Amino acid sequence: MDINLLKKTANEIRKGIVTAVYNAKSGHPGGSLSSADIMTYLYFEEMNIDPKNPKDENRDRFVMSKGHCAPGLYSTLANRGFFPVEDLKTLRHTGSYLQGHPDMKKIPGVDMSTGSLGQGVSTAVGMALAAKLDNKDYRVYTFLGDGEIQEGQVWEASMFAAAKKLDNLVVIVDNNGLQIDGKIEDVNSPYPIVDKFKAFNFNVIEIDAHDFEQIADAFKKARETKGVPTAIIAKSIKGKGVSFMENNAGWHGKAPNAEEYEKAMSELNAIS
Amino acid sequence: MADKIATRESYGNALNELAADYPDLVVLDADLANATKTCIFQAKNPERHIDCGIAESNMMGIAAGLAAAGKIPFVSSFAMFAAGRAFEQVRNSIGYPHLNVKIGATHAGISVGEDGASHQCCEDLALMRVIPGMVVMNPSDDIEAKAAVKAALDHEGPVYIRFGRLAVPVINDNPDYKFEIGKGVVLKEGTDVALIATGLEVNETLEAAKMLEADGINAKVINIHTIKPLDEDLVVAAAKETGKVVTIEEHSIIGGLGSAVCDVLAAKAPTKVMKIGVEDRFGESGPALELIKKFGLDAESIYKKVKAFCE
Repeated sequence: MDINLLKKTANEIRKGIVTAVYNAKSGHPGGSLSSADIMTYLYFEEMNIDPKNPKDENRDRFVMSKGHCAPGLYSTLANRGFFPVEDLKTLRHTGSYLQGHPDMKKIPGVDMSTGSLGQGVSTAVGMALAAKLDNKDYRVYTFLGDGEIQEGQVWEASMFAAAKKLDNLVVIVDNNGLQIDGKIEDVNSPYPIVDKFKAFNFNVIEIDAHDFEQIADAFKKARETKGVPTAIIAKSIKGKGVSFMENNAGWHGKAPNAEEYEKAMSELNAIS
Repeated sequence: MADKIATRESYGNALNELAADYPDLVVLDADLANATKTCIFQAKNPERHIDCGIAESNMMGIAAGLAAAGKIPFVSSFAMFAAGRAFEQVRNSIGYPHLNVKIGATHAGISVGEDGASHQCCEDLALMRVIPGMVVMNPSDDIEAKAAVKAALDHEGPVYIRFGRLAVPVINDNPDYKFEIGKGVVLKEGTDVALIATGLEVNETLEAAKMLEADGINAKVINIHTIKPLDEDLVVAAAKETGKVVTIEEHSIIGGLGSAVCDVLAAKAPTKVMKIGVEDRFGESGPALELIKKFGLDAESIYKKVKAFCE
């Protein structure tokens, strides 16, 4: 693992997010930016995937349960070689394959169509179950928002995953603390998140979502854990990497204007 | 006539009989295996039967994930919960990505009986019909129910099949019977009125046609086992032939077979249509056969309504 290279890649992914949302004139930069480092690690280190064979039946699977973070997923897939980075500029445009929320039918590398919160995690559980039924050793990863876990279906899925001992499943919660209407604890607190997943019989790991050593260690521990699924609770900064977007719920689902776009890109370009 | 059998029983038997030929078939249930009759499959194929507990929304998502990974899941619950409670999961996790998930929904309609309105789903055909790409079937008896299950497994894409709790007569036990998704079946020729029925109402309609015959009204009877895609050619031809159409279903008159027939006739062959079904109201408790009579869905009631319609 080359941490400097991962940081550089994550920065490229962040540029793709900002560029895509800017060109779309809408979309969700905040949660896409907060999850970018973990997305980088998943697609460039952790997962067994091949951009040339995106439907390989033995591949690891990823489900962006917080489907509004499509810009983050698309920028990651593009930078990993599933489709041209240039296409990110067509996000949300009429006729573009880059739909506002992930569409598995149109987009190479997207393993599940998502967008309605709480549903992706169930489909990831279904994939993990399929691996067990077929005696295959692929693993399934799913990214949830910390606001998303207010959806009851998340807990239906979690109860099932632990009951069926799906140790090939990793649930990642992007704990940036903000949802559209404000702080998650003010809107409808999901805390204590760690205790909840522990109570649902998960192996729970807490990390800093922007520290690659902690990220790597968490996924390694998840792989070594047998008999129970793993939940990684990743403490993150919403809008991470763009100063004026950081820790600001207003940037959950808003595109930058031309001036803001230039400022954001110059900040990211200054990093690498 | 053979003994009566509930189509939910046919469903469980069909799953069990097809298990060997379809190795990717897995069956999901939500704590209702003994009622939906997937227990018949479960007894012989325990490793391929997944009880998801009382969590239908999650079950639909699990089915979507299984299908995305190459399995053919048949998901079971009562129609109320499969089509109703989990509607959005069916729409977004199964319908939108057009995944190969089959939904076997039992206990549809007022013939659920004593459990009452909370469990009598008269809206499922309407809910499933509006999802793009969803095939919607409503078999009329044991033979058709089993044929529908096999056809669903051979079809690539999402399918919803409605089954009943009430034991119903076997009406398709003839050597020429052939099941094809989207193809209606003419059970009786006639020129005065076209009676287009689905599900357990097909038998009631056949009985009503006999009574009409005695009064000199020659009714054509069509069994529509596939609500979507609807056999438009057959419906249009029948409307042109008879000039009068009656639809009969154990479902709300809003959004089901009657609406589907009206949609096509309004566009292709404007015809006077009478919709017989559950009026815009909820069901209630009572023995199934009594409720069918009370709601005007028995042969006698259909006969009277059609006779008045033809006069």
